[in-house]
Amino acid sequence: MWAFVFRRVIYNIPVFLAIVFMVMWILSYRDPVPAMMGKNASEEEIQSKRVELGLDKPLAERYVTRLKEIVLLDFSQELWTMPGLTVGELLRQAVPISLALTLPALFLTTVISVCIGLISAYARGRWLDRSLVFAAVLGMSISFLVYIIFGQYLGSYQLGRLVNRPIFAIYGYEPGIQNWAYYMLLPVMISVIVSMGYNTRFYRAVMVEETTQDYITTAWSKGATTSKIMFVHMLRNAMIPIITRVMITLPLLVTGSILLERYFGIPGMGEALLNAINNNDFPVIEIFSSIFAGLFICSIILTDVLYAVFDPRVRLQ
Amino acid sequence: MTTSEALLTVNNLSVGFHTDRGDVTAIEDVSFEVRAGEILGIVGESGCGKSVTSRSIMRLLPKRNSFIGPQSEIQFDGHNLAHADERTMRSIRGDRIAMIFQEPMTALNPVFTIGWQLDEALKYHTTLDKSQRHQRAIEMLKAVEIPNPELRYHEYPHQLSGGMRQRVVIAMALCCDPELLIADEPTTALDVTIQAQILRLMDQLRRKTKTAVVLITHDLGVIAQICDRVIVMYAGQIVETAAVRSLFKRPQHPYTKALLESIPKTGREQHQTRLPTIEGIVPSLFELPAGCRFQDRCEFRQQQCVDQEPQLGEEVDGRKVRCFFPLSEA
Repeated sequence: MWAFVFRRVIYNIPVFLAIVFMVMWILSYRDPVPAMMGKNASEEEIQSKRVELGLDKPLAERYVTRLKEIVLLDFSQELWTMPGLTVGELLRQAVPISLALTLPALFLTTVISVCIGLISAYARGRWLDRSLVFAAVLGMSISFLVYIIFGQYLGSYQLGRLVNRPIFAIYGYEPGIQNWAYYMLLPVMISVIVSMGYNTRFYRAVMVEETTQDYITTAWSKGATTSKIMFVHMLRNAMIPIITRVMITLPLLVTGSILLERYFGIPGMGEALLNAINNNDFPVIEIFSSIFAGLFICSIILTDVLYAVFDPRVRLQ
Repeated sequence: MTTSEALLTVNNLSVGFHTDRGDVTAIEDVSFEVRAGEILGIVGESGCGKSVTSRSIMRLLPKRNSFIGPQSEIQFDGHNLAHADERTMRSIRGDRIAMIFQEPMTALNPVFTIGWQLDEALKYHTTLDKSQRHQRAIEMLKAVEIPNPELRYHEYPHQLSGGMRQRVVIAMALCCDPELLIADEPTTALDVTIQAQILRLMDQLRRKTKTAVVLITHDLGVIAQICDRVIVMYAGQIVETAAVRSLFKRPQHPYTKALLESIPKTGREQHQTRLPTIEGIVPSLFELPAGCRFQDRCEFRQQQCVDQEPQLGEEVDGRKVRCFFPLSEA
């Protein structure tokens, strides 16, 4: 297995190098300096700023330097927009905040969707199933923004008025576990509701596929109970599609949700990246993209490894 | 033939399906009995209702889209399985009535070991502890002549060949000593050599355990090899039932006769002629003709066959036939 992982990592090195290069190459067409210096900067000042930021060097040289930093996990570069703050410190601040939002959301979404998918598949064709599928399609047909706006209006404003004290924040963030529910619970719920439609439909399809398998009939013929069949025979076989789906979303835990973080004023990774892009903060953009690329590659390799864990037919060679 | 008491009595069994084109009756008025220790064959073309019959006995048809007629009775040890509740069925399935399926490649769960799957059946129906169950599972694997049972116990289905998997399925079905074994085309997916081995094995085991067997097949050769009695089904009905010997010697229903004629024979005089086939196909359940269901393909059709529907006749010499003009000589 380790040989497999090692080989896959080797194969993916060119992919990683290409992604980092493409990000830097696209950015090289932008000139962030004049905007930084304001209208009245002289040509010399602009030029000396360029030298200070290292933008006078050719792209190839900057690429090699950046790669070296990334490989050595050296994130001590200062932000261009906020001198004094390093990318490493930004990561340390923003990642936990994003995780506090995305981790509970992914966990709840997956558990709830798998359960609803199972129930729906079990009741296939009956009114319960039909209404669940209807709700799922309805849920996924509504825009994310509608949920955010209605969530803020009903959850924060109206609910707060109803009980005469704020239950959920409309905007803003404070660190600390005791503040989690106040700032995060509403975005988490919105995130769960938004992703539930897609996920429920997907897991239902997976489970329906399972109910028609011959080995499920065999299990019935052995005298297995409904719950044994659903939670042991079917779920174990359904693990592969479930894992694939969950693993693909793992890097998104770290990237955070740009929409939710922006609308709720949560200073997570999504918000940080968006600010960096708006302000041409190259070190942040480059390093964040590299980290995301690395995470995606890792999650794909990990998915393959988990296949072998859950399906004895899969051999890693 | 010993007239031992019936183990399973099926009376008036009719099963239908809800489909997009409306409800359709898949089998109608099926009545038969299985006696302890015998092998009863059910034979017929694809779609004639063999599997529906067997699955109804186990109540394995999806509740979602199938229904069993209210008059139907499946009597087994004081229970009417046709309308028994799920609890009762669960205690009978795998314990007193077991089943073997057609496709050994897919009948075993790919993500659990052979041992786990054998153990599961024992766990549901016996009070044995873990080590006793392990011992019993190994015993069963030995009984179905699987080499290296200790090793196979820990292997997954994909590591076994089709024949070996079918042996595992048989071991699984027989591990709780069922009184009745339903084998739904157990050898169809296997090649001829393996087929012969499996049939011999089933025959041996049921002699040892006195298990009655309902063997479903479309292969009259298989019936001839091991069955005691045989039921011929056509388009959801029983058309003929008889002891195997007399059926082969003197088929009474034109369909049975046609089936027998379409078996390839090894003999010099047969070499030059084309193998006879039965012209046409089984009528769709949505467009069953009035009168006899076999009329369109029958070489002996009379006007009465078109006008009236024949009923399964009274038992004469241990055989019944659904035909106005049963054949007297082969």
